[in-house]
Amino acid sequence: MSTLLEVSNVSMRFVMGGLFSRNHIDAVVDANFTLSAENPEIFTIIGESGSGKTTLARMILGLEKPTAGDILFEGKSAAERNTRAARLAFMRRVQPVFQNPFETFNPLKQVDRYLEATARSLLGARSKADVDAAMDDALQKVGLSLKEIAGRYAHELSGGQLQRVAIARALIPNPALLIADEPVSMVDASLRMSIVNLLKELRDTLKVSVIYITHDLATAYYISDRIIIMQKGHVVEMGPARTVLDTPEHPYSQLLKSSVLSIDAAGMGDLRPADRAMAEAAWSRAGQGALVARDDGRMVRTA
Amino acid sequence: MWTIIRDLIRYNIEFAIGAMLVGIIVIFSLLSFFSPYAPNDIYVVFPDQPPSAAFWFGTNSRGQDMFWNLTFAFRNTLFFGIMVAVLSRIISITVGLLAGYLGGWVDRSMMFVNDIFVALPIFPILILFYFVLRSDLNMFTLALIMAGLGWPFDARLIRSVAIGLRHREFTRHAVFAGMSPAKIMFEEHLPYVMPIVFSTAMANMIWSIGFEVTLGVLGFTNLNVPTIGTTLYWANNHSAMVVGTWWWIIIPVALIIATFLGLFLLAVSMNEYIDPRSRLRRMGGE
Amino acid sequence: MGDVLTVRNLKAYYQMAYFGVDREVRAVDDVTLTIRENEIYGIAGESSSGKTSLIKTFAAAIRPPLKIVDGSMTYRFGDLEIDPYKASKEDVDAIRWKHLSYIMQGSMSLLNPVRRVKKTFEDFAFKPMGLPRAEFWSKVRAHLERLGLSPNVLEAYPHQLSGGMRQRVVIALATVCQPEFVIADEPTTALDVVVQKDVLAMIRDVQRQMRSSVVFVTHDMSVHANITDRIGIVYAGRLVEEGPTRTLFTAPKHPYTAHLVASLPRIGDTTPKAALEGRPPNLADPPSGCRFHPRCPLAIEKCKTDVPPLETVGSDHRSACWRSDEVRPLAKIGTPEPEVVA
Repeated sequence: MSTLLEVSNVSMRFVMGGLFSRNHIDAVVDANFTLSAENPEIFTIIGESGSGKTTLARMILGLEKPTAGDILFEGKSAAERNTRAARLAFMRRVQPVFQNPFETFNPLKQVDRYLEATARSLLGARSKADVDAAMDDALQKVGLSLKEIAGRYAHELSGGQLQRVAIARALIPNPALLIADEPVSMVDASLRMSIVNLLKELRDTLKVSVIYITHDLATAYYISDRIIIMQKGHVVEMGPARTVLDTPEHPYSQLLKSSVLSIDAAGMGDLRPADRAMAEAAWSRAGQGALVARDDGRMVRTA
Repeated sequence: MWTIIRDLIRYNIEFAIGAMLVGIIVIFSLLSFFSPYAPNDIYVVFPDQPPSAAFWFGTNSRGQDMFWNLTFAFRNTLFFGIMVAVLSRIISITVGLLAGYLGGWVDRSMMFVNDIFVALPIFPILILFYFVLRSDLNMFTLALIMAGLGWPFDARLIRSVAIGLRHREFTRHAVFAGMSPAKIMFEEHLPYVMPIVFSTAMANMIWSIGFEVTLGVLGFTNLNVPTIGTTLYWANNHSAMVVGTWWWIIIPVALIIATFLGLFLLAVSMNEYIDPRSRLRRMGGE
Repeated sequence: MGDVLTVRNLKAYYQMAYFGVDREVRAVDDVTLTIRENEIYGIAGESSSGKTSLIKTFAAAIRPPLKIVDGSMTYRFGDLEIDPYKASKEDVDAIRWKHLSYIMQGSMSLLNPVRRVKKTFEDFAFKPMGLPRAEFWSKVRAHLERLGLSPNVLEAYPHQLSGGMRQRVVIALATVCQPEFVIADEPTTALDVVVQKDVLAMIRDVQRQMRSSVVFVTHDMSVHANITDRIGIVYAGRLVEEGPTRTLFTAPKHPYTAHLVASLPRIGDTTPKAALEGRPPNLADPPSGCRFHPRCPLAIEKCKTDVPPLETVGSDHRSACWRSDEVRPLAKIGTPEPEVVA
């Protein structure tokens, strides 16, 4: 079994402030996980703002350099990708999907130019016919066609359509890994599930692994195979998604789950704020202890 | 593009007046191609005639028909202004986009050079060039020098826009679509700075023409090429105001003021087109 | 129990004529509703459904190019009856903050970043409350304490407070004059889940204490489920369904609502969730007839031509659908197990 992505002991520390008042923020502390090449899965990173989930994703994409630890993608670290050719080779295997579909496309340009550029520089398509075929092929995978998209501007499409075009673009070079940072948070409710379902479908039919970054436990439960829950840069609990979310063990995971607004109590006015004791436990022990393996396959940070 | 210009003319009075003024001056300068006289011939008509049906703008003390002479002067002056504007735009776009997009040490070193150029005293430098080059200082050389001095402010402006664009999500998207930095800069980011480029081009033309006139009046250019500056130089040389040939000075000055006003209005209305807030204010909203 | 806000056939359109293009965007199209005393009324809708324009008109804060085209809107605060679009500017200013206040999404748009929080309280609330200074501050302190906030926040600068704390301060600020009507526009959208629940609980508590009316706008149905008493669903500028929160979730009578509820993912539920086809319509060029018909699974010929009226379909429950009898809930909403109170 070969590994696709190996994140080992990765930490990220941002230094802030001036000459005399040096402050630092530990955005990510000692993160470890691996994705296997044979078993495509949806791997979800859950966290609130400031949990370090986006920083972790940026490091995997090679946009930030970790201050400690190694991120190896197919055995290579970002430092080894120091030529443009190497970076292009990396982009053929790893592609991002961004949060805000309206920001992902240049509003002054037609959306298909991103697909065309990808087909030319990453897939190596030369002739117009090859490029069009590659674009249409990718768009078909997300339930669209080149005819619908060609020559359109971002403002002419809905958020859901744009996000599907963005995913289609990412699929053109047949990547092994998609990194989707909050891909549905800006998409309208009636269209949101189409994106979530699409990610699931990509895993099942195209065997693409997805790192899904979100703060939303409900969609995470719906599509994930494995999850990690991050609190202030620390991984507090990780393991099979359903196991962890059905019976969270770490106090912070419990707090998160209890804060999810359930629609089962719709209109009952049952809106008790989170249990104080649970919240205390969650925050007072932030970052303490070490990850311990449990029998059901999860790892929990315990003191 | 054309519909934008058409709508601007229809709905923006500043743009309409500016376009009209500049349009008249451009047509006037194009008439030079139909001039019955060569620009440098003197004593082709009776000198010192006031404006009349035969000589619309009068004739000067050197025996030139001012109407036809000024068509050449405006052609040369406008051509000079456009040349400076185009050349300095090329420099400022390149510097601004490179510094803004690449950032880091490229940005720092480029802005270091940029700030030196901002601090340079332009007028003494131009005079220095005149004394060094003398008769070699033709229109084209002067335009090159002016372009070399006229880019830094606008480069900084373009850089600030490019920095904002660099952090936009679509730029990162373009990177992962495999677009090269040059493609990102000149295809993704350039459209965003084009309105600024247009509006600063107008201001730049006013600036360079103003310098040309100043140098010309003082006699620090090639006096055999008719421009607004040299026209005024010759008028002064022949003591036009004292002799009473006022049209030799008043008419070119009036026309150059019209040109400046036209360019200024175009720059202002272009600015409004760039800035959506002022566009909204015009609609009655906020 | 009376109605605080009565809206009749309200139409507010964006009318734009600029650069030769005349555009009319029907952001609020023929909305009729009432908002009662002591309730939280939720307005749910997607982006560009017109919900923002609707609450702007409620807040008497519309500016050109958005214009009231038709209809009436009357507030009743005790004996005071006022239609902000017919009353003088002075009268409208006089009800602001005292009777009618807002909680906005970005707390920083209200709090001045370079001044202490108490300055902002003074700016907004001192004049409407019309009290002597000492009494004013003791009232403010008492109000903060009642909301579980330390009066020390008054001395803080906004940047010293966390996002959740800032939003709580904004809620305190909006409710300090005990207004009868509060408009809350996505007040928790920018907050993290844990904080969100606390802030929602706070809004609900303060509403229950003051017995005021709150219009709560968000696109998030699970927030609506937990805080509102009644919900109005807005689609493409129209109110398509309105009813008690529980009823809308358990027995929706509009296919759009049924879909919205059914598409919400839930922890513990792994059944496949479908998404609606198509996209929310462009309000500058909405579909004919029922605006939902191009995406509606129940659409018939009539839906393409005739606009369905908002008709009563149950107790306190109205729906604008020609086939509302045939709408069935697409998801089973459970009754929650009673929580053990520790």
